[in-house]
Amino acid sequence: MKATLFALRSFGRELRSGEVLVLLAAVSLAVAALTAVGFLTDRIGKAVARQANEVLAADLRLRSQAPVPDEWREIAAEFDLQTADTMSFPSVVFHGDENALSTIKAVSEKYPLRGAVRIADELFGEQREVDDIPVPGEVWADGALLARVGAEVGDMLDIGELHLRVSAVLTYRPDQSIGFASLAPTVILNIADIGASGLIGEGSRVRYALLVAGDEDDVTSFNDAIRDKLPEEIRVRSQEESSERAYNAADRAQRFLSLTAVISLLLSAVAVAMSARRFAQRRMDTVALMKSLGATQGFVITVALVQLLLLGLLGVMAGSVVGYVAEEVLARILSDLLAGDLPGTGLRPVILASGSALVLLLGFALPSMIQLRNTPPLRVLRHDEMPPAPSRLLVGGLSLAAVALLLYRSVGDPRMLMIMIGGIVIISAALYAVGRGLVSVIGRARSGVGVAWRYGLANVSRRGRDSAVQVVAFGLGITVLLLLTLVRTDLLEGWRATLDEDAPNHFLINIQPHEVDAVAELFAENEVEVPIFTPLVRARMMTINGESVKERAYPNEEGEWLANREANLSWSANLSSSNEILDGEWWPAEYNGPPLVSIEEESAMNAGLAIGDRLKFFVAGREVDAEIASIRKVNWDSFQPNFFIVLSPGALDGMPTTFISSMRIAEEKQPMLIDLMRKHPSISVIDLGAILQQVRGIIEKASLAVQAVFLFTLAAGIAVLFAAVQSTIDERRFESAMLRALGARRRTVFAGVMAEFAALGAAAGVLASAGASILAAVVAVQLFDLPYEFNPLIWLAGVGAGIFVVCISGFFAARGAVNAAPVDVLRDAPA
Amino acid sequence: MLDQSVDKVLVAHKLSKEVSSPEGTLTILNDVSFNIVAGETVAVVGASGAGKSTLLALLAGLDLPTQGHVDLNGRNLSTLDEDGRALVRAESVGFVFQSFHLVPSLNALENVMLPLELAGHEQARKMARSIIEKVGLAERWSHYPAQLSGGEKQRVAIARAFATEPAVLFADEPTGNLDSRTGANIMELMFELNRSSSTTLILVTHDTSLAERCDRVLALDAGRLVSDSGVAS
Repeated sequence: MKATLFALRSFGRELRSGEVLVLLAAVSLAVAALTAVGFLTDRIGKAVARQANEVLAADLRLRSQAPVPDEWREIAAEFDLQTADTMSFPSVVFHGDENALSTIKAVSEKYPLRGAVRIADELFGEQREVDDIPVPGEVWADGALLARVGAEVGDMLDIGELHLRVSAVLTYRPDQSIGFASLAPTVILNIADIGASGLIGEGSRVRYALLVAGDEDDVTSFNDAIRDKLPEEIRVRSQEESSERAYNAADRAQRFLSLTAVISLLLSAVAVAMSARRFAQRRMDTVALMKSLGATQGFVITVALVQLLLLGLLGVMAGSVVGYVAEEVLARILSDLLAGDLPGTGLRPVILASGSALVLLLGFALPSMIQLRNTPPLRVLRHDEMPPAPSRLLVGGLSLAAVALLLYRSVGDPRMLMIMIGGIVIISAALYAVGRGLVSVIGRARSGVGVAWRYGLANVSRRGRDSAVQVVAFGLGITVLLLLTLVRTDLLEGWRATLDEDAPNHFLINIQPHEVDAVAELFAENEVEVPIFTPLVRARMMTINGESVKERAYPNEEGEWLANREANLSWSANLSSSNEILDGEWWPAEYNGPPLVSIEEESAMNAGLAIGDRLKFFVAGREVDAEIASIRKVNWDSFQPNFFIVLSPGALDGMPTTFISSMRIAEEKQPMLIDLMRKHPSISVIDLGAILQQVRGIIEKASLAVQAVFLFTLAAGIAVLFAAVQSTIDERRFESAMLRALGARRRTVFAGVMAEFAALGAAAGVLASAGASILAAVVAVQLFDLPYEFNPLIWLAGVGAGIFVVCISGFFAARGAVNAAPVDVLRDAPA
Repeated sequence: MLDQSVDKVLVAHKLSKEVSSPEGTLTILNDVSFNIVAGETVAVVGASGAGKSTLLALLAGLDLPTQGHVDLNGRNLSTLDEDGRALVRAESVGFVFQSFHLVPSLNALENVMLPLELAGHEQARKMARSIIEKVGLAERWSHYPAQLSGGEKQRVAIARAFATEPAVLFADEPTGNLDSRTGANIMELMFELNRSSSTTLILVTHDTSLAERCDRVLALDAGRLVSDSGVAS
């Protein structure tokens, strides 16, 4: 109690004296960075997840072949959730004599609950988002439909017994699918009109859906509450299942953000550890004095811990305010760029960042405090008496435990956690070993250099362990900064490349064999690159190795579904550029032997298929028996026509075949599609542009976030460098004063200090470059499934940055020490 | 519990101190024994490296002897752990150092309060005020060490040393960092406070004139006690 009171009372004095400001600044910066990163990742994570949810136009969708009973709507209301209804079915739409098959989508108020419908006032006109639905008596129709039936905005369309006016061109709806189920262009109309349409009756193929959205926790509770009660005919889908592609992008975005958060956290930890060490060193004399005056070890440690805690609280408060303000500013900048799309967050990131900062303080500052407790009181008489260094086991254990605890929270993925911690430990050990090596090399090298360099290199050598520790700190700081740069540029570029500007933006489906030449010609006439036409044959799988697909046991439900549904087969002589053979071999281009088949990796796994298995398909009354020759990995992000099952050339000859194709058509060339649709009314044109824009939007948001967060990481990195230089500043002041008292010119002393920093910076830079390259490769391949390309420039950047940053920080930090009047420093020695 | 030698406040019994160095084992103190009674003023003299500061550290329990033991106020310091020795110091020891050793973040008054607070005195502030007046710094109590002259710093240190009315006061070259005039004033103050509080004073010094003002002079040479001008009863 006495110690606590004493600590509280003397804390004010400590603050006033400015002695604790370095540590306070380090803690505040850690909290500010973590809070801002936390807020941003939270907000952007939500924005990204919400965008992924757009694919459902909701958070959850209950779907049925019959109207969804009111019961479920009422339960949703009990959970404070929003609901909307949709019905969709195929129907023929007439405009005068022209007609076309369409997907009729009847929607209620509030549709869509996630995302927004976009419309235009004319074909290929400027599109805009709307937040209402067509009024009764009006429809929004897909441009493809209008082109096919020769209608324009303002014309009347007949759907069943309804006579409806086209009030806009539908350019995008969030739940449009690029699957084959909804080939036909869409017409959106008000659900109130459906009753009079006469289209809903016995045997009509209507799909009813109840869309549900709301607070994340409420949606989860609702989902849990209804899951077991739902009748079999009602199926629930959540966002994860709804769009593999958008979800993948969202998932990657989250990983990028948490990686950035992890890096800020590590840098903060290093800064805290270094400034705590200085904090403890500066208090050693006071502790020795207090012990000589009768203070016990318990007293000393209690005072130190209470003050550390107070410091932590103060740092948390200051840091939270700074972090919150910074995040608000950043969010505003981002939200301008993102069309005001960032949802708000609660206080959670502040609480998490505060907890993290305290764990950080305990994990990284505690060893120094424990060392302080063992300060010998004899130090009052002999200034060189030092407490024994804290046990390595304690230091390593505490800091690793703290890092693991903190990382687990932000990474939430044990595999990534292991990779991160493994990388940190290996690089630290390597840096330390080379740091020690450098120290001994420099000890020998200094005889061959001028006086300034000799002084600087002698300093590196003399500070032995300290120099090595500084190399570790600098090296680690530069490693993570380089890693972030690599992740930000290389990985992001690699990722973007899968979705580059040349990615296809249109799909053509249902091209009859006799139309292929005419379509190709049309493309050529319009000076658009003629696309590749991929054959498609509808079939049903009958047996696997002679066993009926219905009776066979499958590893999972998806596999069973895959084997039993109607399958889309294709054949090809050459392997598509977006495919990669994982197992077995692709057939030679001229192959014309017995039918072979190549299966997509995940389908093979789900259905339990392996090389050599025999599949029998039933196609238009004939059977095709093929042997599995290879397993393929498919890059679905490529937006090229891809198939789970591809057969060898000749296997499907004579079967009813249609062709599909994907291509990029520049905006100004898009009116050619109207011509195409008029000439070939049976061909379906699917506009991928909107979907691509959605995916690209997610990527843009993620990279913007990473770049914004990068600023904080950079600040934390510089804090580490400053803390490292600061930790030797007292010694430097004294040495510089001594040298100058002995007649050294200020410039000589300065050159010596710079030589020391340059040597330290170069060593740290070399090691950081190596570490960052290895880590980036691991991260790219293991976590992001992207190919990694070695970048030699990173070595130049690493070493250059090492020397530059360490020298600059050193310049500012050591300037005062070198410039201080020798007489003041020497007289002022210990008070 | 005090033993029968009630007035022997400090007993050095066959003290030896050895340290290991790259050249082998160095003997800094060799078989030093003496007794000091309450209220005595004792000067410890000797050349640099004679072992004066080491002796002081052993007598105050800041360090432990390799052989022999020190009894301070009747307690064998070698039988106590570091915390036990700290408590003994809190109860009965004061220090004045050559380089003052003031806490830079505390002002003059707070520096004087420090040992009082450590000893758990309720009236620490009041007691510190009164002693800081006695050393002539009533007007400067709120100044920080950096704002004080060398003589003033040592006055604060002396006030701090006497604040707890210790049984034994150790002074390690208290005038070593001061000019002769200021040094003389400081010693005057110290002897005066010593008289008024009947503290035992043990003074390590190079200054023979200062040593002569003490009741007794212990001379060390190469770690051995070579002369003892007075004999403790």
